Amino acid sequence: MKSCKEEPFIKTITVETISEAVANLCQESNYYLGPDMLEAFQEAFACELSPTGKEIIQQLLSNAQIAAAEKVPICQDTGFTVVFIELGQDVHITGGLLEDAVNEGVRRGYTTGYLRKSIVGHPLERVNTGDNTPAVLHVKLVRGEQMKIIVAPKGGGSENMSAVKMLKPAEGVAGVKKFILDVVSIAGPNPCPPIVVGVGIGGTMEKAALLAKEALLRPVGTPSPKSEIASLEREILQEVNGLGIGPQGLGGLYTALAVQVEIYPAHIASLPVAVNISCHANRHREVIL
Amino acid sequence: MRIGREVLLNGVLYTARDAAHRKMMELLDAGKPLPVDLTGQIIYYVGPSPAKPGQVIGSAGPTTSGRMDAYTPRLLARGLKGMIGKGKRSAEVIEAMQQYKAVYFAAVGGAAALLSKCIKEAVVVAYPELGPEAIHRLVVEDFPVIVINDTFGGDLYDEGAKTYAGK
Ligand code: SF4
Repeated sequence: MKSCKEEPFIKTITVETISEAVANLCQESNYYLGPDMLEAFQEAFACELSPTGKEIIQQLLSNAQIAAAEKVPICQDTGFTVVFIELGQDVHITGGLLEDAVNEGVRRGYTTGYLRKSIVGHPLERVNTGDNTPAVLHVKLVRGEQMKIIVAPKGGGSENMSAVKMLKPAEGVAGVKKFILDVVSIAGPNPCPPIVVGVGIGGTMEKAALLAKEALLRPVGTPSPKSEIASLEREILQEVNGLGIGPQGLGGLYTALAVQVEIYPAHIASLPVAVNISCHANRHREVIL
Repeated sequence: MRIGREVLLNGVLYTARDAAHRKMMELLDAGKPLPVDLTGQIIYYVGPSPAKPGQVIGSAGPTTSGRMDAYTPRLLARGLKGMIGKGKRSAEVIEAMQQYKAVYFAAVGGAAALLSKCIKEAVVVAYPELGPEAIHRLVVEDFPVIVINDTFGGDLYDEGAKTYAGK
């Protein structure tokens, strides 16, 4: 009798393919600002009341144009290379370790792309590694036989103004809003407004922080699919822009272009909230292998 | 020069970030001269990206000035007249600016490709081992900045936000 056992399908991806993909994404994300951000700039340019604010947004639009046309970085701070990988369970990686492949991609991308190397190998001894490695890598296993790689370089100026707080559940929505407004207001001009505010609510401390960073990957201007969260995003955006900080902190309506919130179940005792601020150089590019 | 005034700078600027400031402080502590005479000069807080072949300098926008606050009053006391960066300065720096008659300007943070177009010459003059953090001597043309803190104690960040709060 013939066996009718199904052969499992395994897709093979070599580490070289991964390194090449990461190298390209490092460069593209630093040279080309996404269409969502350009659209948000256009809207801000049309609606900003402050003449200085308008002029700044105009400068940001020309800056993005120059960077794309000449293939030079939008901002000199080409960031910590944050890499998200959604790895299909039926993918087999050959030729080496995934992490090494990603770091090799960063090395190549930053060296051949004339991107600034901004990483020190030890947080206290502070000697530059010279090639922007290592990346910060987040891998999530998903169904299927594809590998999605997202590269999101993160500048120091805006990352430094981010924060996490463990609220008491009794503080509720009001507490969450107050914390976000406090973070944005302390940040003031430092994270190069107009900013995008990524918020993670729920989970544990590190989960909230990761959600906040993931929230920044959503195209700007796309509300959360959860209706109660979408309205929370709208309310917070209005309050943030009511602070008057404005483009570059010189006063104006557009402190933030968007507030994007991701949530996760929480412990009965906890209400973690993380705020990850992105500057207007809200950069990320992705590819599916 | 009062806060809010938009200015196009022409001439020489020196670049320096955290690492170069730290090294200069070590020299001052040891009673040695600075590698460049900063009397009457302007420091631009920037760590440019590497220049591509044919470029004078890579992308070159301002970095957050607050990280230099601890060092700034000593440089102002030695005759530094201006600084270009982004973000707020400490009360001590603002006071020292009034005392020594110096000005703090902001350039548009993140407009780095655009700003690099106004830089016509760039030469490393000290600490080449610091790479992007080395001190460069820049010659700029029509480099756009805005006065944030003047010699009268004004602060455009406070004033600007007040004007638009609640609108
Ligand atoms: S905060 Fe963003 S735009 Fe501003 S200097 Fe840093 S990376 Fe560039």
